[in-house]
Amino acid sequence: MSGIIVEKVWKEYGDQIVLEDISIEIEDRAFVALVGPSGCGKTTFLRMLLGQEQATRGTILLDGVPLPKEPGPDRGVVFQRYSVFPHLTVLGNVLIGKEMTAARYSGRLFGAARRAAIEEARALIAEVGLSHALDKYPAQLSGGMQQRLALAQALIMKPKVLLLDEPFGALDPGIRAEIHTLMKRLWHENPMTVVMVTHDMREAFTLATRVVAFERLRDRPEEKLRYGATISRDIPIWPPRRAGEPSLIRPDRDGPVQKGQ
Amino acid sequence: MRWINVRPSSGMRLTLAVAPFLIVLGAYVAGSAARLADNANDKLLPGLSSFVDAINRMAVVPDGRTGQILLWADTAASLTRLFSGIGIAVAIALVVGMLIGMLPTMRALLAPFVAAISMVPPLALLPILFIVMGLGEGSKIALIAIGVTPIMIRDLALTATTLPREQIIKAETLGGSSWQIALRVVLPQILPRMIDTLRLQIGPAWLFLIAAEAISSEAGLGYRIFLVRRYLAMDVIFPYVLWITLLAVATDYILNRLRIAIFPWSELEKNT
Repeated sequence: MSGIIVEKVWKEYGDQIVLEDISIEIEDRAFVALVGPSGCGKTTFLRMLLGQEQATRGTILLDGVPLPKEPGPDRGVVFQRYSVFPHLTVLGNVLIGKEMTAARYSGRLFGAARRAAIEEARALIAEVGLSHALDKYPAQLSGGMQQRLALAQALIMKPKVLLLDEPFGALDPGIRAEIHTLMKRLWHENPMTVVMVTHDMREAFTLATRVVAFERLRDRPEEKLRYGATISRDIPIWPPRRAGEPSLIRPDRDGPVQKGQ
Repeated sequence: MRWINVRPSSGMRLTLAVAPFLIVLGAYVAGSAARLADNANDKLLPGLSSFVDAINRMAVVPDGRTGQILLWADTAASLTRLFSGIGIAVAIALVVGMLIGMLPTMRALLAPFVAAISMVPPLALLPILFIVMGLGEGSKIALIAIGVTPIMIRDLALTATTLPREQIIKAETLGGSSWQIALRVVLPQILPRMIDTLRLQIGPAWLFLIAAEAISSEAGLGYRIFLVRRYLAMDVIFPYVLWITLLAVATDYILNRLRIAIFPWSELEKNT
């Protein structure tokens, strides 16, 4: 189970109120898209789920337990940029999570443990379609390939929650469509809840089970400081999409993606 | 075509690169010839043949008194001091630089102190070093280390703080502890920059070395130059200066190749 419960969360920076009174329950295995105009606090909200920022008031529970005050291995993340380590190869980037979890002091694996980890990493790299680029550095990969790598890197930790901060915003439409198919498949196959911030409505409605809109309800210049953004719409997608189950009505579009598609 | 768009061919580039060297050499030869024509015993700009004599005396024939070949003995003494000083500086700069760059507490504690220390002119400390540590090797090595460490610390701390925040967050979500993130994410990414910083600090390091050697030493490239200055022995000074320059240029080149060989990704990143 990896449900998230957000209760009456406020976020303020000094006098500036960014988010006010956010309450939302995200059920296990949901794929939530957060949309809204620029500067409405969706990324701030995502950062709070990540643990990078703390709520000023209110609580966030993951599986009924308050979130720790810093990022941890139960919550994976893919940013729009700088998600992968430039000094590691594709294989090294996926391996590093395994290595840091297993080897407390050296942060490296040797011998059989390393071979087993490489095996697992290779399988995941194949899953995101980067098998041909195992020994390449991120600077040698295209933007789309880097984001695929970032996904594989996050997924090797088997996170309960995967947080995506405009992960595909910088990609061109063709590449974006491909990576959407991949993203859908990964969501169906891995036991995780996904929360994605996006600017792209089409992307939100293509991927998500639920689209949540953030908006400043009072946005006159004199109100900007004292009124933050809040959730203005919470739209479940119909017909419902369920992780791992084919959709009754549009199996081709909404169901688990078949291998090789 | 605009000048900004004119690119020289590779042969042209080589010619252009060599030209300034040839011009300086030509100017020297001409100047020397003019002075020697006036006065055959002129010491200020000796002719090329006196250089050959002097180089032979310093670099090939053993010294009559000590039995050592002076140039090599001087070079060994100077390089030992130089690299000991730089080695100490690198070790301190890596540790302190990463502490300042990664840990906000350490930054609060050390950053203002290092910033203040880096403003102390190292040469002004030389008398103190000589008094406290004596005239031996220690004080010379200490001068080099003191001279280059603060700037290297500040540069490495800056490099560590400018790593994208996203990378550190990502490393945390991959289960990294502070130590592991330092070891696997920050250290490998600041090492290439450390080599570059080192290249920039080679010049100052030589300056401190020669200053220390000039004042008190028994061997060393700087010592020799200041020793033969008393006899206006330009035929020794010029080759020694050239040799020091050559050593510095070679160090710079080797360090850069080393960076590219050990951290191939750092070159790829530069090109993107």
